[in-house]
Amino acid sequence: MSELTNIISETTNRLLEAYTSREQKHASEAGEWPTELWQALEQNGLTQPLVPESQGGVGTTWSDAFVIAFAAGRWQAPVPLVETIIASWLLSQAGIEIPSGPLTLIDDGHTLHINGDTISGAAAAVPWGQRATHAVAIISINDQPHVVLIPTSKITYIPDLSMAREPRDHLSASNAAFISAPITNTADISLVRCAGAAMRSAQIAGAMQAAIEITVTYATEREQFGRPLAKFQAIQQMLAVAAAKSVEGRMAAEIAFRTIDQTNADLSKAEFDTASAKVVCSEAVEAITDTSHEVHGAIGFTQEHDLHFITQRLWTWRAEFGSESFWAERLGRSILSRGAKNLWPDLIARQSGA
Amino acid sequence: MEDIHFTPGVLPPETAALRTRVRKFLAEHLSDYPSVKRAQSWSGSDRKFSKLLGANGFIGMTWPKKYGGGERSALERYVMLEEMLAAGAPVAAHWIADRQSGPLLLNFGTEQQRQRFLPAITRGESYFCIGMSEPNSGSDLASIRTRGKHTKDGWRISGSKIWTSEAHNSTYMIALIRTQPQDQKNRHVGLSQFLIDMETPGITIRPIQNMAGEAMFNEVFFDDVLIPDDMLVGTEGGGWGQVTTELAFERSGPERYLSSIQLIYELIHELSKNPTERSAIGVGRLIAHLGTLRQMSMSVATMLEAGETPNLAAALVKEIGVGFEQEIPSRAYELTGRVPLLGDDNDFDQVMAYITQSSRSFSLRGGTREIMRGIIARELGLR
Ligand SMILES: Cc1cc2nc3c(=O)[nH]c(=O)nc-3n(C[C@H](O)[C@H](O)[C@H](O)COP(=O)(O)OP(=O)(O)OC[C@H]3O[C@@H](n4cnc5c(N)ncnc54)[C@H](O)[C@@H]3O)c2cc1C
Repeated sequence: MSELTNIISETTNRLLEAYTSREQKHASEAGEWPTELWQALEQNGLTQPLVPESQGGVGTTWSDAFVIAFAAGRWQAPVPLVETIIASWLLSQAGIEIPSGPLTLIDDGHTLHINGDTISGAAAAVPWGQRATHAVAIISINDQPHVVLIPTSKITYIPDLSMAREPRDHLSASNAAFISAPITNTADISLVRCAGAAMRSAQIAGAMQAAIEITVTYATEREQFGRPLAKFQAIQQMLAVAAAKSVEGRMAAEIAFRTIDQTNADLSKAEFDTASAKVVCSEAVEAITDTSHEVHGAIGFTQEHDLHFITQRLWTWRAEFGSESFWAERLGRSILSRGAKNLWPDLIARQSGA
Repeated sequence: MEDIHFTPGVLPPETAALRTRVRKFLAEHLSDYPSVKRAQSWSGSDRKFSKLLGANGFIGMTWPKKYGGGERSALERYVMLEEMLAAGAPVAAHWIADRQSGPLLLNFGTEQQRQRFLPAITRGESYFCIGMSEPNSGSDLASIRTRGKHTKDGWRISGSKIWTSEAHNSTYMIALIRTQPQDQKNRHVGLSQFLIDMETPGITIRPIQNMAGEAMFNEVFFDDVLIPDDMLVGTEGGGWGQVTTELAFERSGPERYLSSIQLIYELIHELSKNPTERSAIGVGRLIAHLGTLRQMSMSVATMLEAGETPNLAAALVKEIGVGFEQEIPSRAYELTGRVPLLGDDNDFDQVMAYITQSSRSFSLRGGTREIMRGIIARELGLR
C-alpha cells in the first residue's frame, strides 16, 4: 500500500466508524439523511477521489477508490458515496462542472431519449434518486456517447426502497432540461454499468468482511451447551468456508480496480476483470448471508441487531449494475467465441497488465 | 480477528521471456500429446520428460547454483509451473522432489545431504515420494506408528506407509517416523524425518489401483530396514515442525486450482459449437473464478518470494481451489447433459470420464477439506 492509500484508508474508516453508528443507521432506515456523515465525507474529498486535482478533486488512483468503496461496504454507509464518486468522475471526464451534494447514476442510459434540448424516459430503482441533487447518465447523442447531467428538480421520482431501506426511486423525465458533453475516454455506453459493477463489488467485499467479523465475534461470545459456539466444529467449518469466499471476493474486486488503473481507466479494456469481480462477489453473497444468519440464530433475525444492515445490502448490491448471470453471460460469450485454445493465453495476456 | 486478505501479486517483467520460452518448449515437445494424458496433469509421470525439463533448467529453478539450481525467483518458478499445468505436461516423476523434498533439504538438510541429493533432482534423474500417511493415520498424522530405533549401525525402521504417490517410481522417500514413544500430552514430539533409498533391503512396495484404473499410489512396507545415521533430516524428534513447513509448500501452488483445466478446455470446445445463454453463463462463472484463483495463487507465490511461510493463504487457496477443480465435472455434466462411456472415442468424453473420477481425490491429497477448514478456523480465532 502506498502512503496515500494508507491515509485514505485510515481517514475513510475513521470517519465511517464515527458516523455510522447503529442509531444513525436506524435513523437512515426511517428516512433521515445523515447530514454530518455526508459533510465529513465531502470535506475530506472522499466523494470526489477520482476527479483530477486540476478540477477540484483528489486525483487518486482507482485502487485508492477501491479502499473507499470497500470501507463504504464494511461500515454500510447509508449514503450514495460510490454513486457520487462515479458520477463526479464522469462529469470531470466530460469537463462538466460538478454540482455539490450527493449525486446518483442511471445504470442504463438506453431508456432515456434526447429530443432537441430536453430529455425524456424512465429508469427503475435509481439509487438514492430523490436524495441526490442530480442524476448522471451516459446517452448516445448523434452516435457519440455523452455524459448527461439532469437536476433532480426536473425529474419525477416515485419513491421506493431497497430491502436495506435505502431509496431506490423510479425515475421518469418528460422533456426535462439537462446539461451534456461528449466523453471520449471510454466511448462505450455501458461505462456506468462497468464502473458501477466495480464499485458494487468492492462494497460487497467490504460488507462480506463485516459479516464475517461480527459473526466470528458472536460465535466466540455466545455460549450454548456450556461452551462458546466457536468451539463447535460445525460452526468452525461453516465460517471457514464463508471466510474463504469472502476473501476470494475481495481479491477479485481489488484486481478489477488494479486493472482499471492499468488501462488508464479505459473500462472497456478492464471489462473482463470487472465482470469477474461482480460474478465472484455477487455469487458469494449467498454463502455469506446464509452462514452469518445461521450462526447468529434468532437475534440476527431482528431489526435491533446489526446483522441485517449488512445482509440486506448484500442482497441488494448483488443484483445492481448487473447480476452474476448478466456478467457471466458476457464473459462466457466472449470466451466461447474465442475458443478453448485461446482461453489460457488470453487469460495470461489480460492479467499481465494492458 | 486479523484482516485476512491477499495482496495482489505482480509478475516482474523478466517472467515474460521465461513464459515464452516455456511455451516454445511445450509446443516443441508436447504437440501431439493426447488430451486424456494431459488430463492427468501433475499425476502424469514420464521420466524422459522430467530429464528434458532438468536439462532445460526447469527443475530446482529457485535453488542455489552450487546445488544445480537456477537461482531464479519464486515468481519465475510460478510462471513455469502454471504453463506446465495449463498444458497438462507430465510432471509427476520429479514433482514432489521439486516442490517439497528439495526445499525441505534446503531448509533442514545438512550441507552433505544437499550436495548429495539436490543436483540429481535438478537434472530430473532423482525422484522423491512422501511417506507420511499410514493405514491408521491419515488426517491425524501425529498418530503414526512406523518406528525408528537407533542402533550402533544406524536407524532400524519397521512399519508401513500408505497412499504413497509414485513410490514405485521413486529413488527416495522422505518418511515421517516415530523415533520416540508417543507422549499423549505432547503428541507432536518424537517424530523424525528420514531420507530412505527405495532400493534398501527390507522395503516392499505394493501398488494400489485407484478407482480410475491407475496404479499411482502404493503401500510401502518396512521390515527392519537399516538407514544410515546421515539420512536423518533435520533434528531427531523435531519432524513435526519440519513437516508443517513442508506442507505449506505442498498446499500453496497453482496445482491446487488447475488440475481440471483440460476438462474446462474440452467443455469450452463442446459448448462453442452452439453457444446459448445458459452455456455462456455457465462458462462465464467458471472463468471468473479461474482468473481470481490465479491471482490468489500468484499472491501466494509473491509471499513465498518475500520469504514468508503463508500457511493461512495456502489453506485458503486450497479450500477454494480444490472446490473449483472438483466442481468442474458436475458443471460439465450440467451444461452438456453428457455422461461418458468408457468406449467413447473422443476427447471430451475421455477427459470427462477421467476427471469425474480423479477429481474425488483432489480434496483429500495434501490434507482434506475439513483439515484445511480447521486451519482457516484457527486463524479466524475460532479454535
Ligand atoms: C491421490 C492421493 C495421493 C496421496 N498421496 C500421498 C502421498 O504421496 N503421501 C502420503 O503420505 N499421503 C498421501 N495421500 C494421503 C492423504 O494425505 C490422506 O488421504 C489424507 O491425509 C486423509 O487421510 P485419510 O485418507 O486416512 O482420511 P481420514 O483422515 O480417515 O479422513 C476421512 C474423513 O474424515 C474427516 N476427518 C478426519 N479427521 C477429522 C477431524 N478432526 N475433523 C473433521 N473431519 C475429520 C476427513 O476430512 C475425511 O473427510 C494421498 C491421498 C490421495 C487420495
